[in-house]
Amino acid sequence: MTKENKETSNQPKSKSRRRFIVQSGLGTLGILAIGTIVFRNPLRRMSYGVAETLIPPYAGKGNKANLWLEITKENNLVIHSSKVEMGQGTFTGIAQIVADELDFDITKIKVIAASTDSGVTDLLGTGGSFSIASLFTPLREMAATMRELIKQEAAKKLNIDITKLYTSNGTIVADDQSITFAEALNDVKEWKLPKTPVLRPTKDYKYIGKPIQRVDINEKVTGAPIFGIDAEIEDMLYATVLRPEIIGSTIESVNTSAAENMPGNIRIVKRKNWLGVIADSFAEALAAKNEIEINWTTPDKIWTEDDLREYLQVGNGNKMITQKVGSQLKENEEEFSLEFTSPIGAHAQIEPNGAVADVKDGKATIIISTQVVFITQRQVAKALNISSKNVNVIPTFLGGGFGRRLNTNHAVIAAKMSEELGRPVKYFFTRKEEFQNDTFRPPTHHIIKGKLGENNLLEYMEHHYASGDVAVNSALMPGITNTLMGTDVGAMRGGNIMYNIPNRRAVQWHRTLPFATSWWRSLGLLANTFALESFIDEMSIKAGIHPGQFRLNMLEDDSKGNRIKNVIKEVLKISNFNDKTNGNSAMGLAASIDTGSPCAHVAEVSIKENRIKVDKVFCVLDCGLAVNPDQVKAQCEGSINMGISASLFEKMTIKNGAIFPENFGAYQMALMKDSPKVIEVKLLQGVDDPLPVGEPPLGPIGAAIGNAIRRITGKRLTDLPMKLS
Amino acid sequence: MKISFKLNGNDKTIDIDGSTPLLWAIRDKIGLKGTKFGCGIAQCGACTIHIDGVAVRSCIYPTEMIEGKSVTTIEGISGEENLHPVQQAWVEEVVPQCGYCQSGFIMATAALLKENPNPTDDEIDESIRNICRCGTYTRMRKAIHRAAEINLKQAEDIENDQRK
Ligand code: FES
Ligand code: FES
Repeated sequence: MTKENKETSNQPKSKSRRRFIVQSGLGTLGILAIGTIVFRNPLRRMSYGVAETLIPPYAGKGNKANLWLEITKENNLVIHSSKVEMGQGTFTGIAQIVADELDFDITKIKVIAASTDSGVTDLLGTGGSFSIASLFTPLREMAATMRELIKQEAAKKLNIDITKLYTSNGTIVADDQSITFAEALNDVKEWKLPKTPVLRPTKDYKYIGKPIQRVDINEKVTGAPIFGIDAEIEDMLYATVLRPEIIGSTIESVNTSAAENMPGNIRIVKRKNWLGVIADSFAEALAAKNEIEINWTTPDKIWTEDDLREYLQVGNGNKMITQKVGSQLKENEEEFSLEFTSPIGAHAQIEPNGAVADVKDGKATIIISTQVVFITQRQVAKALNISSKNVNVIPTFLGGGFGRRLNTNHAVIAAKMSEELGRPVKYFFTRKEEFQNDTFRPPTHHIIKGKLGENNLLEYMEHHYASGDVAVNSALMPGITNTLMGTDVGAMRGGNIMYNIPNRRAVQWHRTLPFATSWWRSLGLLANTFALESFIDEMSIKAGIHPGQFRLNMLEDDSKGNRIKNVIKEVLKISNFNDKTNGNSAMGLAASIDTGSPCAHVAEVSIKENRIKVDKVFCVLDCGLAVNPDQVKAQCEGSINMGISASLFEKMTIKNGAIFPENFGAYQMALMKDSPKVIEVKLLQGVDDPLPVGEPPLGPIGAAIGNAIRRITGKRLTDLPMKLS
Repeated sequence: MKISFKLNGNDKTIDIDGSTPLLWAIRDKIGLKGTKFGCGIAQCGACTIHIDGVAVRSCIYPTEMIEGKSVTTIEGISGEENLHPVQQAWVEEVVPQCGYCQSGFIMATAALLKENPNPTDDEIDESIRNICRCGTYTRMRKAIHRAAEINLKQAEDIENDQRK
């Protein structure tokens, strides 16, 4: 039975009207809840949300009942999460939030990624560092409602006035009696929904704000089969797929007869742009694939790296002014300018993309590591020409996401093969395919101009940045957003100038590239901040002003400006920042603000035998309330190591129409030896609510390293990855 | 072909094409999923296991070569009750993020500590060459030192017990 409550929550003042539904008879006892959202144009709101500091609200799917919190007969709690766990610690944060509001022992909570059948799917997918920030209030309201509901039932069962009852770790306690939540909920026939009760005050938090152990730690140190690639369905076959290696080519002709005679009961499924080779085992599928003779069409253009650089540069493509304050530089006015580039970047998450699909009787089950559960469901339904209702997408833990799993059409291909063969199919990429078919971080090109004023601060600054698609053309942000916004909001991340320079502008030059580019952790932030903060540093040297002071002097005296100033001041302090070179080592400072979370880094770098080594990094982040400070720090450390990897090693290039390299090793990445021995993170809380964490610390790391190198060598490195010639 | 070996302490015989990389035999034939596939060419370390106590990247190791040998995977390094000291240290330092690379690092570390019970930072850099995309290196380094401590402490405890 179901009952609804349309009351607006009375506390705290919530932007959204949330309706809650409660339902029993799920085999266990459960509470179902709906999160509804109110904004008129979701697409536009979403776009701005990504571009600016807004946190998109939880965007639950429509009016269907959503199973969120479930109390089992054994008095354990299962949380069905609308967000997936890709390492960022969201499951732990969610457990902490619910445990506090519900008053439940966190060790008795299990968080699982909700399948589409349970109803909790987030239209926005998991990404943009928004998970905890967007769920913080709705989850607490839901848990508080559930707590009240349990108290009501307990009052009836114990025959005690509800005001005399209180909760304690999953039990309801009165003077001398107590019953567990599960007992209180047992056999309830008629639910009466309370108004959303008052939320717990901060001082009562037992879990929120504390460095609680990760809820998934045990699985992750014992090798539990929790990832998409570990999934199995009985009677399953293994598939590998041939795809074109040259940009723009398709299958011309193919001879599969030799392959079909290979061991493993080889089956072939052919479509226009791919050819599936399916066998009893993955090794057999791979071996048979090697025997396929295939001719690819020759595309009109064979791309090279030079072509790409020429195609993608400031001055080409769709121009959009993303920031404009004051006036422009006059024609022959003297200025200083620098040019920066960043390469094509690979996601290189260690778990390859793939999916297990079982299609039969007009229904599909998909088990997959994905950041976009809802979109995957829709894509599969469309490809199979069945209703979404008949597609159940079961998300697993992700062996890394970083934006790569916002495009997971492996589900569609696996489903097509399963449909044709009438058996469940597991299909995943080899590493070579992963590198060749990535949805890459687009290369960028930047020209920055500036002029110092009489006060020796910047009087004028202009940032031109050219980028391939980041948000445009992604399944999350269909092409229409570009028309709405006129700009690629993903490429724009970090592209505007955060300093209060009287005359400043930022101009985006956007172009869609001949290969897929998309979201890569922090989107445009990495390259934009590298360029901007390297430039600012160079100008501080020109001005002869301490780099910290130079920045502080140009930041506004408003709440945003002050929060940026605070992270800069703090990082100077904890690093004991020294502007002077010390033999072959030096410190570099850089800062940025992304999705409302300002971050500053000081990198201590040394050069030995012509090798750049990042010895130490100091990081200060203001992410508002840190629900789990230890995991926030883990995200800072991870971002810093990933940023070091991108800044010093990683680079994809185009040769003869194909994208290289095609494996780890050749695609150089930071290893243990390249990671700093010490990363010291300090968190500031400039606002009361939680803000995004997983990407902001990626911003300043490249420039912090480059600025240190500048002090050691006297040379400004302007191309990522940075190399000493 | 039939291949007999010891897996995590137990006798095991499987029937498989001997040239199949051991990784797939372990994952799909035997069904232990803790050993991961990352690259298939011995570059990432996600598939690291022990063969006769030595760390090996199983993605390039032909299954036929394990005949008569002893194979240990992540599923076999802890006891019934307790985690392996390396796993314990990993929990204490809260190392994993996505977790995908972690079995490989734990196996590589366990083998390193057997050879070199108290490695220096440079020795760690030298021998732990797996890839972690989430960038958990900083915590791993701490955890490796911590695991060395736990090992040492356990050895002392055993010695003390024996003296009694
Ligand atoms: S899968 Fe074996 S080293 Fe990468
Ligand atoms: S924890 Fe994700 S790759 Fe290492």
